[in-house]
Amino acid sequence: MSTPEQPSQPLPAPALPEHPSTSPLAIHDMTVAYHRRPVLWDIDYDAPNGQLVAIIGPNGSGKTTMIKAVLDLVPRASGHVQFFGQPYKQVRHRVGYVPQRGSVDWDFPVNALDVVCMGLYRKIGWCLPVTRRYRRTAMECLDRVGMADYSHRQINQLSGGQQQRVFLARALAQDADLYLMDEPFAGVDAATERAIVSLLHDLRADGKSALVVHHDLQTVTEYFDHVLLLNMRLVATGPTREVFTTENLRATYGGKLALLDQVGHRMTLGGNTS
Amino acid sequence: MIRPFASPTFPGRIVPLLALMAALSCSSSFAQAPHPHAHTPKTETPHSPQPTTLSDTRIHWPGWQQVTDVLFLREYHTRMVILGTMILGTAAGTVGTFMLLRKRSLIGDVVSHASFPGIAAAFLLTEALLPGRGRSLPLLLTGALLAGLAGALATAGISRLTRIKHDAAMAIVLSVTFGIGISLFTLIQKIPAGNVAGLQQFIYGQTATLSLSDIRVISIGAATVLLASCLFFKEFTLLCFDEDFTTSQGWPTYQIDIALMVLVVTISIIGLQSVGLLLIVAMLIIPPASARFWSDRLAPMTLTAACLGGGAAYLGAAASSLFARFSAGAVIVLVSFLLFLLSMLLGRQRGIVQRLIAQRTTRQRVGRHDLLRAIYELLEPTMTETWSQANEPLLEQTVSLKDLLRSRSWSASRLQRLLTHARRQRLLIHESSDYRLTTTGAAQARTVVRNHRLWETYLILHADIAPSHVDRDADDIEHVLAPDLIEELVSAVSHRYPDQAMPPSPHPLPPAHS
Repeated sequence: MSTPEQPSQPLPAPALPEHPSTSPLAIHDMTVAYHRRPVLWDIDYDAPNGQLVAIIGPNGSGKTTMIKAVLDLVPRASGHVQFFGQPYKQVRHRVGYVPQRGSVDWDFPVNALDVVCMGLYRKIGWCLPVTRRYRRTAMECLDRVGMADYSHRQINQLSGGQQQRVFLARALAQDADLYLMDEPFAGVDAATERAIVSLLHDLRADGKSALVVHHDLQTVTEYFDHVLLLNMRLVATGPTREVFTTENLRATYGGKLALLDQVGHRMTLGGNTS
Repeated sequence: MIRPFASPTFPGRIVPLLALMAALSCSSSFAQAPHPHAHTPKTETPHSPQPTTLSDTRIHWPGWQQVTDVLFLREYHTRMVILGTMILGTAAGTVGTFMLLRKRSLIGDVVSHASFPGIAAAFLLTEALLPGRGRSLPLLLTGALLAGLAGALATAGISRLTRIKHDAAMAIVLSVTFGIGISLFTLIQKIPAGNVAGLQQFIYGQTATLSLSDIRVISIGAATVLLASCLFFKEFTLLCFDEDFTTSQGWPTYQIDIALMVLVVTISIIGLQSVGLLLIVAMLIIPPASARFWSDRLAPMTLTAACLGGGAAYLGAAASSLFARFSAGAVIVLVSFLLFLLSMLLGRQRGIVQRLIAQRTTRQRVGRHDLLRAIYELLEPTMTETWSQANEPLLEQTVSLKDLLRSRSWSASRLQRLLTHARRQRLLIHESSDYRLTTTGAAQARTVVRNHRLWETYLILHADIAPSHVDRDADDIEHVLAPDLIEELVSAVSHRYPDQAMPPSPHPLPPAHS
């Protein structure tokens, strides 16, 4: 394990020479298994700094698992993960997580502002109440995703897209440098899609990075700088223009179906998430 | 046998059933003398005399003085009992809110059932080591606490380590521990020192027999739980809403979960004596479930749950002091349930009455719109200038009941109701057998028809709906969409029909006059 004084060290840390400490997310030889069935094999990946990366793969290819495994939400069978050259425990505040919308109970008795405030709880600290200052910060985050008018709506009364934007605002409240987003575009309306894209561009302009699980192949080239093609193992990674090719997609999606067939098939399934 | 009521053996069948129920209730309350009827008073000593007459079950009504003394807490002991139970109810409602939201409603039941063998084991152990001291409350409660915690952890462990789901794990732990408890109690009855009197109150609870030191234990325990719930309100909220996010933020999720569990166990254990292990879960869950009908935010909901829990506990403890035979637990459950029913009916957020009113209003609005549109479309062919902006042609004509009935799939009675309603709203006037629109009615009819047709046009142009189907689709959607949204959609196509002009229907209308 390398020590935190890396930036001033002229020599690379001997333990992990191949991982530059500047990378917001460096995954080394990660394997993940559920009940002994491996779902991710030997993932080796360095996320580029200040870029928007799409994680792409068919259903059940381990996209969500990959995000959860790097965040220590599911146990890793092997391998290690570093954020900004440090173990996750030390840089949690620099990593924002946007879970899938379906992962929580939207009937929970809180309003949109309450949910965004949850992103600030760590800053507020144990047992202390949410003061007006924090609520103002949360309000600004809601405003950044265009949801300021809905701050006092119970979350159940929001549309799917609006709920997704509340989730994004909660991650924004954390003011992280790297955002991991699980299917933020799944089942959202056009207005939300535009809001998320412009938010991603704002984040990139601020020098932040984002890894986004994405299911709509048609918009990948438009929205993202880099892609990570995943199907239980890493199929290809790199700049979208070079890597997002028909051959790579065929390799990712099994190669049996032509790309267009696959796109059409996925559209008829209606964005079934893994 | 298909005809149970015709069968002469019917009463004969009920009686053994009742006897079985009575036997079960006796065996579970460990009363040694069997009673032939189910209304066995739970407070009687095990060596009660032979069951006697029905007069035994008579309720002794307290006098007015006695009732006010209890309700206004005039007498010291009663005051302490009632206040102690109230704090317990308040704390249970507060912690229960988090259990309800964490979808762990039954964990309180698991804990209380699991504490049962703990009580028995503590009794046996103490009797073996220090004969005669077996009924020492701190020791019994310690046993209950340890066993309750073990039950909760066993549940968590089973669902974590195996593929058995949480509800199944709870069912297993609950029934197995209670079974062990029953076996141990049977064992206690067999040993010479094993007079179980005083232990059975843990099953049903009996506030009236609480001593002042018991009350102190209950109050301090409940107050601590209340304080802890307030202190960790933020952390518990986060855990209940989004566990993965909590972990990703670096909160010690597991420890917070355990802390919440300890609070539940504490409530269950200190509630054993007053409410009993069978019914403590009601104190934890019914008040928060009722409170959900009143609020859509967590803090007010928790406060409401605490008040409802405290109120139910107050009435339950008071009733238990007034009627010697009433178990406080039973009364608390009944009062809680009454409050739940009231909340379900009248609740501000999602009460049934409120929903029915909203549905009725919508139905009436939909019916009114349909009626006005039907009248307009019946009159439309007779108007010389379809595109006219004036309402006068509408006012000149009348429509007959027969035509209206034919224009839509209304039943005669439904149409009659719609017409009466519209007349009461002064949209129509009745003339012999025909109906004529008023000025207000005509204006509303024009707006309704115009919106409907613009909306239909929008659907045909932008949503690719076939003209032959658009009427029904527009109908389905236009009544549920918010008016401002319809306005926005309509404005997207209204440039085609300027100046409030009436667009023609995009599909053929049913033939108007016969």
